[in-house]
Amino acid sequence: MINIFNYIERKSPIHKLTGATKLLCLLIWSLAAMTTFDTRLLAVMPILAFILFFVSRIKFSEVKVMFWFTFVFMILNNLLIFLFSPEHGTEIYGSRTVLFTIFWRYVVTSEQLFYQLNVVLKYLATIPIVILFVSTTDPSEFAASLNRIGVSYKIAYSVSLALRYIPDIQREYHDISVSQQARGLEIALGKQSLIKRLKSAVDILFPLIVSSMDRIEIIANAMELRGFGKDKKRTWYNSRPFAVPDYLSIAFCVILALLSICLRFVDGGRYFNPFI
Amino acid sequence: MIEFRDFGFRYTSQSEPTLHNINLKIRQGEKILICGPSGCGKSTLAHCINGLIPSSYSGEATGELILDGKSFKDQNIFSLSKFVGTVLQDSDGQFIGLTVGEDIAFALENDRTGREEMHRRVEEVSKKVGIGGSFLTHAPHELSGGQKQRVALAGVMVDRVKVLLFDEPLANLDPATGKTTIELIDEIHKSTDTTVIIIEHRLEDVLYRDVDRVVLMSEGRIISDSTPAELLSSNLLIKHGIREPLYIAALKYAGVRITPQMRPQRVDTLVLTEEDKKKVRSWFENLSIENEKINDEIILSAEKINFRYPDKERLVLKDLDFSLHKGEMMAVVGKNGAGKSTFSKLICGFEKPSSGCLKLNGRDLSELSIKERADHIGYVMQNPNQMISKPMIREEVSLALVLKSSLTHEEIDKKVDEVLKICGLYPFRNWPVSALSFGQKKRVTIASILSMNPEVIILDEPTAGQDFRHYTEIMEFLKELNERGITIVLITHDMHLMLEYCSRAVIFADGEVVADKRSEEVLTEPTIVEKACLKKTSLSDLATMCYIEDDTAFIRRFILADRGERR
Repeated sequence: MINIFNYIERKSPIHKLTGATKLLCLLIWSLAAMTTFDTRLLAVMPILAFILFFVSRIKFSEVKVMFWFTFVFMILNNLLIFLFSPEHGTEIYGSRTVLFTIFWRYVVTSEQLFYQLNVVLKYLATIPIVILFVSTTDPSEFAASLNRIGVSYKIAYSVSLALRYIPDIQREYHDISVSQQARGLEIALGKQSLIKRLKSAVDILFPLIVSSMDRIEIIANAMELRGFGKDKKRTWYNSRPFAVPDYLSIAFCVILALLSICLRFVDGGRYFNPFI
Repeated sequence: MIEFRDFGFRYTSQSEPTLHNINLKIRQGEKILICGPSGCGKSTLAHCINGLIPSSYSGEATGELILDGKSFKDQNIFSLSKFVGTVLQDSDGQFIGLTVGEDIAFALENDRTGREEMHRRVEEVSKKVGIGGSFLTHAPHELSGGQKQRVALAGVMVDRVKVLLFDEPLANLDPATGKTTIELIDEIHKSTDTTVIIIEHRLEDVLYRDVDRVVLMSEGRIISDSTPAELLSSNLLIKHGIREPLYIAALKYAGVRITPQMRPQRVDTLVLTEEDKKKVRSWFENLSIENEKINDEIILSAEKINFRYPDKERLVLKDLDFSLHKGEMMAVVGKNGAGKSTFSKLICGFEKPSSGCLKLNGRDLSELSIKERADHIGYVMQNPNQMISKPMIREEVSLALVLKSSLTHEEIDKKVDEVLKICGLYPFRNWPVSALSFGQKKRVTIASILSMNPEVIILDEPTAGQDFRHYTEIMEFLKELNERGITIVLITHDMHLMLEYCSRAVIFADGEVVADKRSEEVLTEPTIVEKACLKKTSLSDLATMCYIEDDTAFIRRFILADRGERR
């Protein structure tokens, strides 16, 4: 089973940061990476990201599923950009240096290649940070940190509960599906028509929904009996006060974001243009 | 502290009231057991005390209910949560936090308690229930059933409540854990001046430690409110569908009159005169029993089965040998995580053994798919809601036949009618499944398995959470199926069930079979009892008390007499 929100416990400086710090850093960092097209900054950020990854002591093998998934997505995205607007780079940089022609309108230009290099760098700058956040933040701390940055605690808690129940529901789905197979339900792909397949999916989902409703009722009662939803605010057992590394991390990310804004003025736009 | 005055309650969704004329006073520091069959209104009563009524379930109340000195009308679930702490039946479902510490702190978090104080109080209360220290960082799935219950208890005690309310605390626990739970509740009651209210229909297990009063409910009314000794001396329990403690039933069969002076509330406080003992002995000696023959023909066997889940280190099953005789009704018992359910999954082909061989009628099962095995072996899951996928009974029962598609409409209808009749569901055949009770739903799931004509049926905890009447109903039905020639395997925690209905029991502990014996022999062997987290029955104690050496024979005779009595 692939766990989407896969918290990996380790002892590392990154794990020690509070959830709120990590969430804030993630948001600021991504903002910085998303808005800028300054290649110099974009070249530095992946290097920093991979250094952070190393510091977190998360092994590549533990997160490789997520890595490959986003990697494939990145390649696909690049192919699509080229397919639909092969001249995007020349429009942005205002010059056209033809390298070679593939066929018809698909001409490879240095500008296009440079533009797509920026796209790749953006991916490389953000992917490791997102994965880092996911694998170093305890889901309950995640709820606490959502609440800390202003999301209502009820919503924050529903998110964290939902994340928590994903493995349980996966297990239950498996149990129900095998017991339905024992009654002759075919779930293998390709053996039958789409309509039949949809029908058998309903046969598995119906019991799953009924038993999930039971589960929701129990947990909702248990939470209310212990005073959940009483006040507008609550505290968190797992929240930790900000320490020096927290402030430093946030400050660092803010500097990155400021840098990205400053570069806009230096470059006279979002793009750093080496073709002038 | 809690007082019901002519209290009545009707749920909005129902036309008849669930509670009538309740008059009940509970004083500070008392320990009270509320018992009664399913549907008697005991859970509704609990919901009125903890505020789930009207917060989660709406309805109309009459009369007065005073909680913590105030009328229930001026209270709500949040103000009540400071007064009464509820430990729910399902200790899995009520685990909210991701770690033990966080879960215990949940109420404090909602109270906006500061971090420091929160951690201090969590530590303090977790020590009280015996799960302190490193346990606090454990995740729920790393805990045993008993530990989860301790966490749940700590989670309400942390609020410094005056009343602890336990809603069927024994329902999902193995016998030994149930026993420690009752001990724990007793210790907490004695060391604090908390009022304790236990709602449970398993009377004997709760009475293992003293309670002040037992309130017996039936059909929404309070039938009696007395000391356990007085209640056991009456005939009210049987009349209202609660199982009497086994030693009490045995004494009654032997013709001994139970009086409160005998201190019958616990087997270890019981005082019997020599004359009483003689009565028991002569009852025992006069009963004749013939040895049931066990069929030698083996229908299902397992040889040297090993199993581990993919990417897990631990072996769930180790070198397991097992054999099932044709036509028998067998119990598979052992504590949670001992490998019972995994083993049944291997038999049905839901999982594949890492090594070893399974045979059905001498034929290797490994070449058969899940579907093919299902023609011979049926599996009934514990929760019927997990199996029922059609809204109408008839559709549900015919599902497997329709999917087979080699049968004509007439053949299917004929088979379904036949199965529905066997299961006593024929009058309901066109009803929606949602209109059925739990026991009836269970029958529907059994019927849908029966439609495939299996030779063996495996049932996972068929009677979990059921009261005596429903338990008897389900079990007598299974017994009937068994008499029709279907071999039945029951995975269970229930020692009564094993003793009463199964000739043989296989005991699992840590992935191995530690015993394979006649059911009544299992409970008289201390080493097995301990290994498999079982509990010896009070009948053994009674036998010893009456100078009967062969307690196995005593248990057998009792079971025979008991079954005869109930038919």
